[in-house]
Amino acid sequence: MKSIANLGFAVRSYLAGLGLGARLFVRLVAEFGSNMRRFGLVRDQVHFLGNYSLAIIAVSGLFVGFVLSLQGYYTLQRYGSSEALGLLVALSLVRELGPVVSALLFAGRAGTSLTAEIGLMKAGEQLSAMDMMAVDPVRRILGPRFWGGIIALPLLSAVFSAVGILGGWMVGVLMIGVDAGSFWSQMQGGVDVWKDVGNGVVKSIVFGVTVTFVALLQGYEAQPTPEGVSRATTKTVVVASLAVLGLDFILTAMMFSI
Amino acid sequence: MTTTSPLNTNPDALVELRDVRFGYGERLILDGITLTVPRGKVTALMGASGGGKTTVLRLIGGQYRAQSGGLTFDGQEVAALNAPNLYAVRRRMGMLFQFGALFTDLSVFDNVAFPLREHTDLSESMIRDIVLMKLEAVGLRGARDLMPSEISGGMARRVALARAMALDPELIMYDEPFAGLDPISLGTAARLIRQLNDTLGLTSIIVSHDLDETFHIADQVIVLANGKIAAQGTPDEVRHSTDPLVKQFVTAAPDGPVQFHYPGPSVAHDFGMGAQA
Repeated sequence: MKSIANLGFAVRSYLAGLGLGARLFVRLVAEFGSNMRRFGLVRDQVHFLGNYSLAIIAVSGLFVGFVLSLQGYYTLQRYGSSEALGLLVALSLVRELGPVVSALLFAGRAGTSLTAEIGLMKAGEQLSAMDMMAVDPVRRILGPRFWGGIIALPLLSAVFSAVGILGGWMVGVLMIGVDAGSFWSQMQGGVDVWKDVGNGVVKSIVFGVTVTFVALLQGYEAQPTPEGVSRATTKTVVVASLAVLGLDFILTAMMFSI
Repeated sequence: MTTTSPLNTNPDALVELRDVRFGYGERLILDGITLTVPRGKVTALMGASGGGKTTVLRLIGGQYRAQSGGLTFDGQEVAALNAPNLYAVRRRMGMLFQFGALFTDLSVFDNVAFPLREHTDLSESMIRDIVLMKLEAVGLRGARDLMPSEISGGMARRVALARAMALDPELIMYDEPFAGLDPISLGTAARLIRQLNDTLGLTSIIVSHDLDETFHIADQVIVLANGKIAAQGTPDEVRHSTDPLVKQFVTAAPDGPVQFHYPGPSVAHDFGMGAQA
């Protein structure tokens, strides 16, 4: 009997959490107009979140480009088509690795800092104080961070892909000796702006929404204690990463069918 | 609009609670509280920890909703207000949180300027003048450029007081303004609360445990215990109350109606002495 009661409690708690999340999401989307009217707050967050993650994104992009070039060359040279290395590196980065790896790194770097910031503001009664000053914390604090994250992640993905292609060129052309003309011309001829780059941009926008929202929700709903904030921060990485990987599969399947 | 029509019968009361009940889950915190906060006076809410004093402040500010009963601010039923009207009412209130709740990423100056920048279209030079006047009132004009991490707890509370006063509210609520302050800061804070109340014509509600300072500056003292009002009156009336609970509180006796030990199994049971139940 008790296990049925516990199951009922767990389901109710889960549904309540889902409802709270959905309400917060709708409120954040509804604040689009008021947040854009005070674009300075959003711009500060783009700067803040982007700067936070820029170094790790650029360095990771470079190494992913290096490895992609090495592994790609190993496979392509078996079929005598190593001149297609540029195309392979660019498509892999632009369509898949750029948006996904950037989103995972963004969740670990900027997402955790967002959760901790909001959670600590809650624990320090700063959100409550703001609310008592007749300033809506969702509009003033969460909104600019939400839109800032959505703008920052596609930009970071672009940096990741660009640096990755540069890394691929360094290993493929400078180190292995693949013909530079073939490397760039195959890439130029094979990458479609709408189908390939567009796919990547759509993915990174969706991941931006997902990661930033998960981070804000975890911070906003965190227990206002040190353990609560720490648990929320960990949860941000786990939930956001799994959500990104799951959504990536769904988006890729949808984009292949278009 | 029905939600903003005057409902209270006492024009001298800025805040009125009528038979208010509130609890968390099954635990009842306030069990039918009725009290009046007169305009222009300093009202102290006292009582044991967990007695619901801070809850009363949150109910007045509309952050919590009473399970039953009525609560009016200047004649407006707070629970019936929609979000824009509630925010309009909150602009007439200031609240000082226990540890100041300053925005840690903003300087002292920007903390005080925050409500002005959010709610007014004043020019930066005008905001500067107002902020410096508010900081001057709490004696911290010279600390304007410091960050919250660079000031003491007492100073943080004074900055928070300047911020709470920024929009010239009619009511200021102080949540434990004396907790953890050294004797000098404590005396300064108490004098400041009384002085601001009188010079600016405010109404103040103080939640505090500090008997001496609170009795010294309050016009009315309300003692909450077990979810009800145990005593209400002037500081002298409360000090000389014959109610055992109030007497225990005023004399700071460790045992009495409020027991020192939290309810639990007997000492004999826990330490395995004698026959176990």
